Amino acid sequence: MEHGSSCFFSNVGFLNFAILLIIAASTLLLFRILYVIYRSSKQLHSRPPGPLSTLIILGSGGHTAEILNLLAVMQMERFKPRYYVAAATDNMSLQKARLIEETLKNKAEAETVGTSDFMQIYRSREVGQSYITSVGTTLAALAHALWIMIKIRPQMILCNGPGTCIPLSAIAFIFKVFGIRWSSIFYVESIARVRRLSLSGLLLYKLRMADQIFVQWPQLKCKYPRANYVGRLM
Amino acid sequence: MSEIDDISESKSVVFVTVGTTSFDALVRAVDSQEVREALFRKGYTDLVIQMGRGSYIPSKSNGEDGSLSVDYFTFSPSIAEYLKSASLVISHAGSGSIFETLRLRKPLIVVVNEDLMDNHQSELAEELAERNHLFCARPQTLYETISAMDPNSLVPYQPGDATPVAKFINRFLGFVDE
Repeated sequence: MEHGSSCFFSNVGFLNFAILLIIAASTLLLFRILYVIYRSSKQLHSRPPGPLSTLIILGSGGHTAEILNLLAVMQMERFKPRYYVAAATDNMSLQKARLIEETLKNKAEAETVGTSDFMQIYRSREVGQSYITSVGTTLAALAHALWIMIKIRPQMILCNGPGTCIPLSAIAFIFKVFGIRWSSIFYVESIARVRRLSLSGLLLYKLRMADQIFVQWPQLKCKYPRANYVGRLM
Repeated sequence: MSEIDDISESKSVVFVTVGTTSFDALVRAVDSQEVREALFRKGYTDLVIQMGRGSYIPSKSNGEDGSLSVDYFTFSPSIAEYLKSASLVISHAGSGSIFETLRLRKPLIVVVNEDLMDNHQSELAEELAERNHLFCARPQTLYETISAMDPNSLVPYQPGDATPVAKFINRFLGFVDE
């Protein structure tokens, strides 16, 4: 009887300890997540940083055209090396990015604009795919995205949907929480979105995963006050 | 292509594009007798249809009987050339094709595909139509839109500028702009 109860108490003691540990760890994690979200909304450096390794996610078709328009006016010597990622089913986007990089290298000295790399990634959801079947494809895309992110660990991420950018941004956010790599995530909502954010935009906005979100129509800024509106890309 | 360039003086071409997928409802609508006649009455002489992966084949016509001449193809790497030579563009609602046409300052009718799941594409076309940069139609209202439209009433689209977004990003990251 006595023996049994002491065993019972040591079990309870272990259980309590484990529960305490879990509570402590999740509290720490929660505070870390809140800190990351808070820090992400503030300006990153007070002094100019060195060149930042940059991940550019090309979303296909009109999405790619928008993000390349933005890249055309950015100072490439600040964003190097550059890694372009496009969906495995999208053959056009990387071709267009390669063209831009080639003209860059012909214009400037190769050293100042830095190097670039091009990759393809499995897509979490094709245009028109149902939301139910996208669960499985999302898991596969997530694993592939993790592999890519471990390889490049970018300091800055530029994306404008659709689905391709979600796994990559989520992993980047987790890297921030665990102190693996701090990256600034910028999401530009597609110009095709006039009245509502896209699913990707909404996820990044609600979960506060992106440092800054840009919209291209003033009426969207009214609806989503934390987004920025500073004009159109197209 | 050279064929188009040579006679472009006397020709007035309507270019229809469905983009990378298919949009049979649009091809069927422009191929209908009433739309062809409406276009011809408006002074257009040629109809060129990029039909994509669609299964509906429009009927060709050489226009010798005093009607609209009609031609079609599936895909072409030189869509830009067709857009440049057109006097009127009838397009699907994809943003790439819309802005390419607006930049060329061509009169544009955007036809919204109502069969698409999660149809957000109409948002952009309707917004730009409200600002009088283009006409917005559905396949079943294309005839009315063509009959009622006045291309001269359209307002040229001022292309956007990405510089403010780039400046914002620079400032956020701590880069100082000269």
